[in-house]
Amino acid sequence: MARAALPRRLTWLVATVRETKDETATARTLTLDVPGWPGHQPGQHVTVKLTAEDGYSAQRSYSIASASAADYLELTVQRVADGEVSSYLAEIARPGDQFELRGPIGGWFAWQQDDPRPLLLLAGGSGVVPLMSIIRAHEAVKSPTSVQLIYSARTPDDVIYEDELSRRSRMSPLIVVTYLYTRLTRWRKTAAKVTPDSQVTSAPKHGGLFSRHQAHPAEPAAPGLPPVHGYAGRLSADVLAKTAFPPELNPAVYACGPSGFVEAASDLLVAAGFPAISIKTERFGPN
Amino acid sequence: MSVVSRGFTGRRRDDPKLPPGQYLERGFPVLQAGPTPPVNTATWKFTITTETGDTTRWDWKQFTALPAEDITTDIHCVTQWSKLGTHWRGVSVDTLLDGIETNATYVMARSYGGYTTNLPLPDLRDGKAWIAFEYDGKPLQPEHGGPARLLVPHLYFWKSAKWVTGLDLMTQDKRGFWEELGYNDYGDPWREQRYQGD
Repeated sequence: MARAALPRRLTWLVATVRETKDETATARTLTLDVPGWPGHQPGQHVTVKLTAEDGYSAQRSYSIASASAADYLELTVQRVADGEVSSYLAEIARPGDQFELRGPIGGWFAWQQDDPRPLLLLAGGSGVVPLMSIIRAHEAVKSPTSVQLIYSARTPDDVIYEDELSRRSRMSPLIVVTYLYTRLTRWRKTAAKVTPDSQVTSAPKHGGLFSRHQAHPAEPAAPGLPPVHGYAGRLSADVLAKTAFPPELNPAVYACGPSGFVEAASDLLVAAGFPAISIKTERFGPN
Repeated sequence: MSVVSRGFTGRRRDDPKLPPGQYLERGFPVLQAGPTPPVNTATWKFTITTETGDTTRWDWKQFTALPAEDITTDIHCVTQWSKLGTHWRGVSVDTLLDGIETNATYVMARSYGGYTTNLPLPDLRDGKAWIAFEYDGKPLQPEHGGPARLLVPHLYFWKSAKWVTGLDLMTQDKRGFWEELGYNDYGDPWREQRYQGD
């Protein structure tokens, strides 16, 4: 079941922050120049090492957000409470600052661009980061496979990459995005924004989901689904049945997020008939 | 010489029990490549296969009838977290290997779900490794490898294969699942052997 071995010894490389971009109130993307970086498979991660002036150092692992490129990568870091390294990367680091990293690491949770299977991507919170790398690589290599991203976030304000995901799903007939807002019990889309609302006034389309772009110019990846849509609540068998490729299409499934999300998602997938061997998982945080 | 990251001071919770590059974790993170496989103790089997193909097998009833030990130990995950003073109960691998004739020097641990990991046989002997079935006084939960997992706490924790169902004794080393993907064949946290070549 394993892929080919990583041939190289992983050495520490110096990363210099080129740019930072706030994605949400607590997540930030760092654009890094990394001379010697060999590129990566989408889904892989790096180990970051920060060193203080007196030599004290700390290491953590972060997923790569960008598509593969030499000498360059992007990390999107979600600040965690009391996070020793994440608070530095998500708050303190600024252009010109340096730290060390090594990688790419993790050849299992990685997408091979010649994989002909459709892609079913399930993200919990900042678990979207390695999946974004897959979506970006999918476009970069002009893969003909269909992509479904089911992205569970607390509220619309917690969605990372929302503009880019909207743009990509509008531009490409191959990409469909479904949002799940776990902290909302109901929501509807107004002209300007998504708002929680105890009174759902618009008639639900497509069995209870609410279109965000009802006038879509392109052929959607999943017949009957608009390119971006969403539900209030958590991932469920019902949502999977309504939005995901059926198991018969044999999609390659990638699930990434907090442990509870990934455990629940992979249990639902197996119960829905997706073979366990087709499901790759990556988890973070204690449960 | 490491580059200094401007403005980084760090949390400074250095503990002599923490190997290099590790941080202290109070929760219990879960790391695995895929879904948690359903493993039923009614059909559970644990098999030791020697290099000549001889097998010794236990079912759950036979396994849990073996003498078990309480273990208090620190554990270290390659993803940088360590957990100190964790409590387990399990059967020593010495007990399982007792009476099995072998000239093997390596072991491939095999799990329900297809996971494998390779270790030197001496690292499983002399009170250094267990097949654990309780964590913190309770049956080991499926996401932590229940009903039973290998526990080899002196190596990075991916060597402590979850849902373990057998040990294949080998005269030559062979790479397991993560080792094929670039992780270290041995995985000593005190020498920071995370990846091949470390």
